[in-house]
Amino acid sequence: MDDIKTVAKELLTSGKVNAVIGYIRYGNDKRTKPFIAQKPEDVDKFVINNFILNNLAVYLTRKEVSKLGKVAVIAKGCDAKAITALIQENQIKKEDIHVIGINCNGVTKDFDIDFNSENIAGKCLNCDVRTPKLCDSLVGALADIPSGEDLKLKMIRGVEAKNAEERWDYFEDEFNKCIKCYACRQACPLCYCEQCIVDKSIPRWIESSATKRGNFSWNLIRAFHLAGRCIGCNECERACPMDIPLSLLNRKMAMIAKDEFNYDAGTDMNAPTLVGSYDLKDNEDFIE
Amino acid sequence: MENKNQDPKIVAFVCNWCTYTGADLAGTSRLKYQPNVRMIKLPCTGRIDPVFIIKAFEKGADGVLVSGCHPGDCHYNAGNYHARRRWIMFHKLLDYLGIDESRLHFSWVSASEGKKFVDVVNAFTNKVKAKGPFKKYENINKEFVING
Repeated sequence: MDDIKTVAKELLTSGKVNAVIGYIRYGNDKRTKPFIAQKPEDVDKFVINNFILNNLAVYLTRKEVSKLGKVAVIAKGCDAKAITALIQENQIKKEDIHVIGINCNGVTKDFDIDFNSENIAGKCLNCDVRTPKLCDSLVGALADIPSGEDLKLKMIRGVEAKNAEERWDYFEDEFNKCIKCYACRQACPLCYCEQCIVDKSIPRWIESSATKRGNFSWNLIRAFHLAGRCIGCNECERACPMDIPLSLLNRKMAMIAKDEFNYDAGTDMNAPTLVGSYDLKDNEDFIE
Repeated sequence: MENKNQDPKIVAFVCNWCTYTGADLAGTSRLKYQPNVRMIKLPCTGRIDPVFIIKAFEKGADGVLVSGCHPGDCHYNAGNYHARRRWIMFHKLLDYLGIDESRLHFSWVSASEGKKFVDVVNAFTNKVKAKGPFKKYENINKEFVING
């Protein structure tokens, strides 16, 4: 626990970075929230536990943060993947940030109850990046994490097994819950467009009112814009106040990218992006 | 009455350099094709944003045809390669969401293939006619969703 504070304090006092983005306690004794420490004494409030849910990579592309100059950011394995993807897409420069990786022992599904095998986030169950691939310093120690069933994969298989009519009905019902709050977009580290397509009004591509049709188009396009880019931090789904299973779409798109192009998002910052590149041998069975 | 769509609305997003010129050739060659298709010319298939296709279905299109230069023929060298990669992801996503894939047709038609253009349009129009109107997307429009 002291480890993170020492590292962060060292970075701030030596002037290597101007701010450290981390987590502090908030509300009850479990809940945490993101915090930007600009003074060495602020660092004392930092915590690392199983309740640090937010993906802090989302702040790196925000103007308020980038104007601070060089910043350090605490990153779990999945967050480090998002940072890798941002570097890959030229949104941030590697030399402008300092990544404090943490050896992650899984995060909770629900803030308000204890962390245990029933209460572990689905994304952590088969995690292959518990030690971040991209980090400048590394803190914490790995411990055993509870195992559990990958319910989301089961749901995807369940949807795939339905026929087209049933799939439509299923997604129509799910998307009908949408209230167009765009929390999914705000929580996503890769939704960094200065003007989102849904906010463009001339022409109005996606209906902005929460009509059924607008909801369907929005969720479809959101999923498509993350095709081959989503790194699976699952923040969108967690941010959704209406509990729409957005990971069913994101993860399916990642599975398609893997099947078709053997591409994993957020693994190599020097690789070309999936939709920003092409291969002469891409499959064109469906084109006549 | 049979559920046949006698007058389907088909929107075609085509590239300026190949398919549109191919359609022009069909016209100057006096080849006839079914008049259900509404052509929208774009500079390149790479410019065809999937949101266009969604919008067409939203506005009541029964079928959408997307067509451009053969691989290797792109006026801008690589636009169609980029488009192809996008379509692979997109048509799989549509299928996953339960939208009938056969209402969306992709084809390569070059500037010299007036005849192929006619065949593609006729075959696709017949297919969409046989399927009947596509109202699923358009009909999910009017209702506001009030939650809670």
